[in-house]
Order: sequence, then structure tokens, then C-alpha cells
Amino acid sequence: MLKDITLGQYFPGNSPIHRMDPRAKLLLLIVYIVALFLAAGWVSYGVMLVFLAVCIAVSRIPLKAFLRGLKPLVIILIFTGVLNIFFAPGDTVLLKFWGITVTLEGVVRAVQMMLRILMLISGTFLLTYTTSPIALTDGLESLLNPLKKIRVPVHELSMMMCIALRFIPTLIEETDKIMSAQRSRGADFESGKLMERVRALIPILVPLFISAFRRADELATAMECRCYHGGEGRTKMKLLRYSRRDYFAFGLGAALLAGIIVLVNFGL
Amino acid sequence: MAPILQVKELTHVYSEGTPFEHTALRNISFSVERGEFVGIIGHTGSGKSTLIQHLNGLLKPTSGQVLLDGRDIWESKAVTRQSRFRVGLVFQYPEYQLFEETVFKDIAFGPRNMGLQDEEIRRRVEEAADFVGLTKKQLDASPFDLSGGQKRRVAIAGVIAMEPEVLILDEPTAGLDPAGREEILGNILAYRRGKNATIMMVSHSMGDVARLANRLLVMNGSNLAMDGAPQEVFAHSQELLEMGLDIPVVTRIFLHLRRLGLDVPQVYTMEQAADALEEVRRNRQC
Repeated sequence: MLKDITLGQYFPGNSPIHRMDPRAKLLLLIVYIVALFLAAGWVSYGVMLVFLAVCIAVSRIPLKAFLRGLKPLVIILIFTGVLNIFFAPGDTVLLKFWGITVTLEGVVRAVQMMLRILMLISGTFLLTYTTSPIALTDGLESLLNPLKKIRVPVHELSMMMCIALRFIPTLIEETDKIMSAQRSRGADFESGKLMERVRALIPILVPLFISAFRRADELATAMECRCYHGGEGRTKMKLLRYSRRDYFAFGLGAALLAGIIVLVNFGL
Repeated sequence: MAPILQVKELTHVYSEGTPFEHTALRNISFSVERGEFVGIIGHTGSGKSTLIQHLNGLLKPTSGQVLLDGRDIWESKAVTRQSRFRVGLVFQYPEYQLFEETVFKDIAFGPRNMGLQDEEIRRRVEEAADFVGLTKKQLDASPFDLSGGQKRRVAIAGVIAMEPEVLILDEPTAGLDPAGREEILGNILAYRRGKNATIMMVSHSMGDVARLANRLLVMNGSNLAMDGAPQEVFAHSQELLEMGLDIPVVTRIFLHLRRLGLDVPQVYTMEQAADALEEVRRNRQC
């Protein structure tokens, strides 16, 4: 039921990608996304696709996981495709009906846009599938560290993100429990008109909010009991350190970006 | 008369067909007669909670049947819904499910879902509040202003107000102080007497189930390990201990006395223990 939500779930593993430094993965993802948006011709798209496919193969994450994650996005994909087919400008007319013209350029554009979204999301999934939420926030905090100079509360933000991620499964479990309890009292969440269904959520949301606040309170007390007082002077048990693997990945990323720029310049 | 609840070869598998597949119940069969007080014991993860969620149709059996009054509760959607009202289920820590502005409204949630008239709802709420010892004044208070023990009694009243023929409770006394526990157990007994209801109670307190239940179901590793009167079940004290379960303190003391060579019977409540000791004393005197 609710437990089946997979968006951004971590798949424990021991592949080279799993073992990469989270900062390196984040930076590489940014490079990958930039390259993806630069790509224009079929050849550059092909290069990107091969790069993604190799990364997925190396990570040993089952392809099924990606497909399951993409399922909720099917509507956006179709929407993008349809919009581009019908409204992209072009000269080579393929079809003409009811005042709508479908051009070859439009079809090409639609396919490319859909591919771009697909690769964009798959790439992001690859990051979240191979990086534990803790490592991810750690990496993010370390990358954003320079912003502390302009008084951005980087540590606090990453701690909040970390706690939020940590409590998603807990809250889902809690929701399941409350739903069962209210269903035992005859609550009905599956039928009725829209307004009735919205009203039926109150018996779930009120207890859920109350328990979330209670948990937050308890967690704050527990953290303070262990002398947590923000990021000031806080050291880490696991220090992030770039390894050979990460430098190799940086090289690969740079090569990819350079390659795409060259290809695009040649109009490929 | 037919048994009120019948469980036939019930099996439940969680997340079937995924790597997380897990059999929580394996081929469980038993039946419960009207008016019985059944205690369900078993260590954490033995399938107790999964079992009770089948009895009012919250979970659908992977295979097997649950019959309420001779009818399969999954026969149709209407029957399933009806069974939720006829078999009341009080979850663990039920005070966390309260949500209304006043205690009255919260207790009325169940009866209102049953589609009853306002008049009848009022009668039921007041009667349920009476069973759990809530005062008239407390009915108009916000449930969030009450103490922990009172909140729990409100939540139990919320189920009692549906006037279920079978009342199932999952560790109703967990986390309460001794006085609070006695009160809750007293409330349950009052409901049983008042409505001639069937009670099923999951508990980790062997003393409580030994004292209250007339029958015990022992769950162990997804199986129904034992089913019988408390004296029969506690006669197998050694097996219970091997399952990681406790036995009532008096039973343990008397087992020890026997090991020391004193001729005492097997007991499981304080009253029996007192009688047995009286007997020993009388025998010594002559």
C-alpha cells in the first residue's frame, strides 16, 4: 500500500558507484545534467544514453527499479510529447488534420524532449538509489560549505533535510496504523464524493500531525541530552575524502562535457 | 448455537511475490464461542497483531476463511463493513487515534459511521462513557486535555460505543501505571457483563490473562502453538518458557516449591495459590 512508494529510495549495494564520494556523485550529476541540456543532435543524445546505460550497468541496480520510479511521470512524459508534436515549428509536413499540422521537426523534437526528461530523471534516480540519505546530506553540506561565509545556515539546513528523510518511513508506518484504527471504527476512505473523501482525511491528519509534533519534541530533547547545539565546532566520525575512483569519475565527467560541446559544435 | 467467530486454516503472507515476502500466519484454525474471554499470548513478531486484524476484516487472508456468525466476512463489501462494527478492534496505544474537538464527538465517530440516528448515538456515547468511567463533564472537554489513562479510556469507549458483539483489544494496559491497568481491565469486564460480549485480549501480562481469560491462545512463530483453558496452558510451563514467554509469578513460585519437595498443585492465580497454601498448612497441623 503506502509502503510501495519508491521515489528516491536507497538500494544498499557495494558497486563502484555506491562507494563513490557523495560529493563526487553530486558534482557529476550536475555535469551530466548540463551536458544533457547542451545535447542537440542524435549523436550527442546517443553518447549521453550510452553514458547513462554504462553507469546503470556498473551500479547493478535492477532496471525494474527505474521503471517503477518512472511510472508516476508517464503523464508528464506524454504531455511533453504531445505538446511538442503538435506545436513545434517546422517545414516538413507529415500530417494535416483539423487545422493541426504534424511536422517531421515536431516529431524529432518530441522524441528528443521525452528522452531528455527520461534521462534526467533516471540520472537523478541513480544518485538516490546508490547513495544513502545520510551520505547525500553530508555531501550536500560539504559542497555548500562556502555559503556559510554569507551566513547561509548550511549545517542546520542539511540537518533538517536529514531528519526529514529519516522520518518518512516512520510517518508512513504511523499513517498506516492510524488508517487501520479509524477503519476499525467504520471510517471509509475509498468511496464517496470528492468533498466526502477530503473530509474523511481529517481523522487521519489530526492524529498524524499531533504525533509528528510529539516526535519532533522528543527528538529535540534527545538531541539536546547528547549536547547537540548546532554545527559550531562539530566534528564528523566519517570524513569525506576523494579517492582515485572519484578523480577518475571527474575525468570521465569532464570528457563527457567536452565531447558533447564538440559534437554540438559540429551540429551532431 | 454456532460459534461467534470461526477461523479456518488462515494463512497470511506479507508482500507476496517480492524479496520481502514474509509469512505472518500459518494455517491457523480455532473458534470462539459467545461470551468467552480469550487471552492471546505470544512474543513480539509471533503474528498476534496480524491475527486480530483478520478478525474484523482489516486484512484479507492469503488463504483460509474468517467466519463471523457462520458467514465469511469477505463474502461481500457490505458484510466486511458490517463485520467492522460487530467486531470492535482496539489497537495498541489507541489514544493516538483521537482527533475530534470534544470527547463526545470522538466517541460518536464509530456510531455515526454506522449511520445511526442522533438520539441513538447520544444514548450509546453516554453508555460507553459510563462503561469506562468518564464523567458527563469530561464528555465536553477536548480529548487532548485529558491524562494519558483517560485518553485511552476515551479511545476504548469509541469502540465500545459501536456495541460490538466481539471486543478485541491489543495490549490495552501497555504503558499504564498499576491503578490505570486495573481500571481498564475493570472497564473491559464491565462491558462484557453488561452486553454479554465476547472478549479477546492480546497481553504480555501473564498474570492478567491467567486471572481474566477462560481460554488462552498461544502464538509462536506464525503458528498457533496452544489453545486451551489457562490451567491446561500453564501446565506446559516449560514449553512456554522455551518459547520466550513468561508464566505468572505465582506459577513460577509454586514450580519452585515443588522442586524443593513441597507437595503443592499447579496454580496460576493468587486465589488458587492462597487456597493451596491453606491446604498445605491444614495438612501439616494434623
